Amino acid sequence: MKIKLRDPNTIMKLSRLGSFHQSRLSFLRSFLSEFQDWEFKRDLFELDKNGYGIVVYSLEKKGRVYSLVCFANKIKNNERSDRVIATKWDAAFALHDGVPSKKDIERLRNEVPKQEVGRLSYKELALSRANKSIRIFDHVVECLSKGVQPSLELIEKVGYLYRTTAVYGSGKFGLADRFRIKNRDEINGPFRLEMMLVYLVRQFTFDQVNHIAKNINPKSSTSLDPKICKKLGIGNSTGLGMAPFIVNHPTLLNNWILCRETALKKVRELKKVSIKDIELFKDCVRNSIKNITSWNTDSTYQLHKIKFLLKDVRKLLNFLENEFNFHNDFPFNRLYLWLEKETCEECIEYIVSMMMEPFSKIVKPLVKKMSSDEERYFDIPTERKTKDLIAILEKNYSYILTLDYKKKEHQKKFWFISKNKEEPRLADRFEEKGSDLEQPLAIARDIKRLYEKLILLRKSMKISEFLNKNSDLRHVVRRAFIIEKFPYSEIQDNTIGENLVPIDMLRLKLSFFGAIKFDPRSDKWLRICMFQGAPLPNELKNFDEQWIYKSQN
Amino acid sequence: MKSLSEIETTSKRASRAVGFSWGIAEEIAKGIRLLELFGLPGIQNLNQYYKLINKKNFKTLSVIHKNNKSNGSSFCPIDLGVKFIDQVKTIENLKRVSITKIAYPILFLPFLSRSSDIVGKKILLKFEKNTFLLNFNVSILANYSKKKIPLLASKAEISFIENKDIFSEKEWKNLYKLSENTFVEETESLKQGAAGAGLTDND
Repeated sequence: MKIKLRDPNTIMKLSRLGSFHQSRLSFLRSFLSEFQDWEFKRDLFELDKNGYGIVVYSLEKKGRVYSLVCFANKIKNNERSDRVIATKWDAAFALHDGVPSKKDIERLRNEVPKQEVGRLSYKELALSRANKSIRIFDHVVECLSKGVQPSLELIEKVGYLYRTTAVYGSGKFGLADRFRIKNRDEINGPFRLEMMLVYLVRQFTFDQVNHIAKNINPKSSTSLDPKICKKLGIGNSTGLGMAPFIVNHPTLLNNWILCRETALKKVRELKKVSIKDIELFKDCVRNSIKNITSWNTDSTYQLHKIKFLLKDVRKLLNFLENEFNFHNDFPFNRLYLWLEKETCEECIEYIVSMMMEPFSKIVKPLVKKMSSDEERYFDIPTERKTKDLIAILEKNYSYILTLDYKKKEHQKKFWFISKNKEEPRLADRFEEKGSDLEQPLAIARDIKRLYEKLILLRKSMKISEFLNKNSDLRHVVRRAFIIEKFPYSEIQDNTIGENLVPIDMLRLKLSFFGAIKFDPRSDKWLRICMFQGAPLPNELKNFDEQWIYKSQN
Repeated sequence: MKSLSEIETTSKRASRAVGFSWGIAEEIAKGIRLLELFGLPGIQNLNQYYKLINKKNFKTLSVIHKNNKSNGSSFCPIDLGVKFIDQVKTIENLKRVSITKIAYPILFLPFLSRSSDIVGKKILLKFEKNTFLLNFNVSILANYSKKKIPLLASKAEISFIENKDIFSEKEWKNLYKLSENTFVEETESLKQGAAGAGLTDND
C-alpha cells in the first residue's frame, strides 16, 4: 500500500507546527548517535574554590578534535538576566575547532565572555552563554557539600542547573562559516555543532557543582549521583530571534519536515510489524506519560495543550490495550487514521514522533538528508512564464490566497530588527513606528500581492519581464519557484496576522533540536530543556536509544 | 576577520537601506559574498558606490541589447547585473554584448559569474586594460591590479565563450594512447559472456 505524504496545507499551518515534538530525527539525538564512539576528555580544569575560572572539554576521534572552552564568571544576582539585552552571564562558552593553544585560550578569555560584542575567529565553531538556575544550583551545591543528594522533586521540577540564553553558530561574530567545515561527515546534520556545545556544557554544570561542594567541605562532601545527573539537562530561554530563521531557510525547512513526513509515510506503509517493535512503541507511549505529567508551565496556552495531550494519550493507551489489534495489516496506518479522527493536533504529532522509535532502518538514512545547500536554489528561472508562476501559487498557496489583506487584522503586526540588539522583534503596525523598515517575513501577504498582480497580466509574459517592472516582489517570486520543488518549504499561515502566536514558530525549530518541556513565558518567548535523560559522556558508547522517554523514570 | 555570513547579512541590509528591494538586496548580498570569497574587493566597491548612489544619477536598462550606450550618466552595476542574469538566456544568443559606462564594474562581476553557471559557458568581460574570465561561478580569473580598482568601465565587452577544447586533437590522442596502457585485452570467451551477448535484441 502506498501512503501519500501529508498535505503541506495541513502540516505547515502554525498551529500544527507549534504542536511538533522531538523525535529520533531531532538534532540532539542524531548528534549523540554520531558521536557515540568519540573519546570524551576533560583537558583543563582550573576553577577556584567558588567555581570561577576555565575548563576545557574535548571530543576526539581519529585525530579530529572539538574542544569546548568554558569560562565561569562571578556575577551579581541583579546582573543575571535571560534576556538578550544582558551583558554578563554566569558562564560563557566557545566550541573550538581542534585543540586550543595557550594563545587561543587567552584570546578566547578576552572575547568569549563579551559574547555579541566580542570577536571570534574561523577557528571557533559555536558560541554560547548560560546562567545558573539559582533555585536549583544553590540547593544542589549546599546538599552535596553536606554529603547528601539534592531533592529529586526539585531536580525533576526544574530539570537543569544552567540555562543557555543563546547559542550562535555559522559565521556569527566571526565564527567559522559553515562552508569551511561542510565536508566533515560527523557534522553532516543541521546544528550538530550547536548540539555538541550544549551537551558539553551540561557536563560542565555537573563538574562545577561537584567542585564547589568539595571546596566548601572537602571531607564530607559528595558528588552528584550520576543517576541524578542524567535527570538534568540544559535549559534554554528562546525568543523571537529564532523565528526568522525558518522563514529565511526555505529548503532547509522543507528537508526537516520532508524527512519527518517521509518517516511517517514509511512507518504507515509497513504491512506487518514485529512484536518487539510493537512493544517498543507501546513502552514509549506508556513511559512518556511521565514526561507529560512532569511538564511544568504557568502558561495557560500551554497548560491547555498539555491537558488535552494527556487526556488524548491516555485515550490512546486505552485504545491500544483494549481495542486495537496490531496484528492486522498496516497497523500504524490504522493507528494514524484513528489519531487523526480521535485526538488533538498536539497528540497526533506526539505519537507521530513515537511511531518512528522502533524503526532505525527508516529513520537513520533520513538523518543524513536534513541539511540543504540553499545556494543551489537561489537563481530564479526567469525564462519561464507568468502562467507557470500563477499555477505554482494556486497549487501551493491555496489557503494564503484566500486571505484579505485589506482587513487590518490580517496585517496587524510587522517584523523588524531592533537597533540596540540587532535581534528580530514583532510590533503592532498601527500603533508602533518602524513598519517602513519591515523585514521580508510577511511572506503570505507578499505572495498574495504577487498573485493579484500576476492575474492582471498576460499569461505568456516571461518572468524576466515581470521582474523588470516588479522588483519589489522579487523575493517572493524566488520563493514561489522554490516551493514548486520543495513543498514543505513555506509556513502556510499568516506571519503578520492579529492571531499569530510567534512561539509556534519557535516550537517548530526547537522540536527539531530535540527540546522538551516547552514552557511559554509569553507569546514571544519560552523556556525549554535539552538533553534531560541523555546518556552521560562516559555512557556514550552504549546507551538506550529511547532514553528520552525514560528520563523521568 | 569577518565571516562570509556576516558579509552577506550586512550587505543585504545595507542594500535595502539605500533603497533596493529585498529581492535585489538578496542578489547583491550573494554577489558581495562571492567577490570576497574570491578575494575581490566587494565590500570596498559597494561602500564607495553607496556613498554616491543617492547623489548621482545612475542609468538603468530594461532590456540588454547587443550594443548598450549611455551618453550621459553611467549604468548602475547592480541594475545591469540583475537584468543581465534575468535575461542571460536571451543575451547568450547575441554572443557578444557591448556596454558603455558601467559604474563600479567590480560589482557587476558576480552577476556575470552566476550567469556563466546558468548558461554553462565561460564569460569574458573586457574593459580598458582589464580582463575577467568568469568560470561557471567556480572562479574568476582577472588581470587587474588590486592597487588600481576600476571605478568605471568606459567601454565594456562581454563575450560568451563557446565550450571548446583548448588543446589540439594531437595532444588529446597522445594522452589517450597513454591511458590505453591501463586496459586489458579481452579473450573470446570473455567477450561471449559480456552484457547483451547471445541474446537477440528483437525479443
